[in-house]
Amino acid sequence: MSPEIKNIGLKETPTSTDEFIKGLWKENPVFVQVIGMCPTLAVSNSAKNALAMGLATAFVLVMSNVLISSLRNFIPKQVRIASYILIIATFVTMVDYSIQAISVDLHKNLGAFISLIVVNCIILSRAEAFASKNTVWKSGIDGLGMGLGFVFALFCLGSVREVLGNGSLFGIPVFPESFQEWIVMILPAGGFFTLASWLLLFNYFKLKKAKS
Amino acid sequence: MSESNILSPGPQTNDGSKKMLIAMVGIGVVCALLIVFSYEGTFGRIEKLKAEALEQAVFKVLPGITKTGIFELTPDGKFIPSDGKDRTKTLVYAGYDDQNSLKGIAIEASGQGYADILKVLYGYDPATQTIVGFYVLESKETPGLGDKIEKDENFLANFNGLSVALSEDFTTVINKVVPVKFGTKINPWEVEGITGATISSRAIGNIIGESTETIIPMIYQQQESFKSVPKPATK
Repeated sequence: MSPEIKNIGLKETPTSTDEFIKGLWKENPVFVQVIGMCPTLAVSNSAKNALAMGLATAFVLVMSNVLISSLRNFIPKQVRIASYILIIATFVTMVDYSIQAISVDLHKNLGAFISLIVVNCIILSRAEAFASKNTVWKSGIDGLGMGLGFVFALFCLGSVREVLGNGSLFGIPVFPESFQEWIVMILPAGGFFTLASWLLLFNYFKLKKAKS
Repeated sequence: MSESNILSPGPQTNDGSKKMLIAMVGIGVVCALLIVFSYEGTFGRIEKLKAEALEQAVFKVLPGITKTGIFELTPDGKFIPSDGKDRTKTLVYAGYDDQNSLKGIAIEASGQGYADILKVLYGYDPATQTIVGFYVLESKETPGLGDKIEKDENFLANFNGLSVALSEDFTTVINKVVPVKFGTKINPWEVEGITGATISSRAIGNIIGESTETIIPMIYQQQESFKSVPKPATK
């Protein structure tokens, strides 16, 4: 996806790259929109879990966006939410089976959270706010951007929590033996602390940019 | 706003309902097909992975074995060699060393954990009348907290020589395995809990307690049926 030079200056028609960057950064689902908090706080206690959960969600997001967008003229608006949930639930079930088929251990770690992707509001909000109004290509790009934005956010939280709470990253120790782990970081409270710190950092940069 | 309501009842209503019905049924059918395909596509591999995980687990809970044999419990309380295909039966896994002598028996047990049903496997050594190993097969316990039952070394040490000694007539376990709080273990039949995973670790203690109470006397009394390696022994 190379930036399309001819479109520079025409802000009304965002390019595919804009749609992609939007989810990753400007409208990051976790750090800017602050939605999808349940999985964000729950499975971000280690970098590996965060990454796996993020990728599973991103896959569901892209697939459901594409399918919903391609059916947007076929689904009557009275039953759209029911149809979206049906489509999202289907992809989540497929992801659930695939993860089981990839590794029993990984499935054991993510446990109940995989099935909870169905009710992740990032996915439903993208379906309702974007995919139902835009072309298949744009919806796919939007899903990919938002999905990777979610992966990025989960990884930010997961890595910090694992490093401080367990003294390791991806299970590999990063501190000397004498390091006293901050158990609170892998407990639910640690999730809130870490999220708050990241939000603080992001808003600080945003304000600074706005001022200059 | 114009006066005409988009959802107004009228000649379109029938048409609208039909459209809704077609859309919902159509999507439902497509989704059902997708799910069935992915289930069929992954079923074989999932079963294979689960069977492999179980076999590896048997080797983990019975130290020093080189082959295993599967036995099933018949309704009249006898253990007979089995192919292990019928997962609805109670199965136990006997482990043998190179000289084909019985080293121990791995038993599956399950019970309510904190989040969902916990499925565990433990190894029993009839010679010393103790539990010699323990492994969690299936758990949805909270990551970082409840899942310590799988990793906490202190907790896992409970299952190295956990006493399930039988009474003189070999019909009951003298002291049922019971969970106790962290730091209060005195007797060899107690399972010391984990701070931060109280409910999960207590559940494990209870699951093992319930399971050993009924199955250990049966296994001990029928040790002879396990002595020889069954024909379809897996390597």
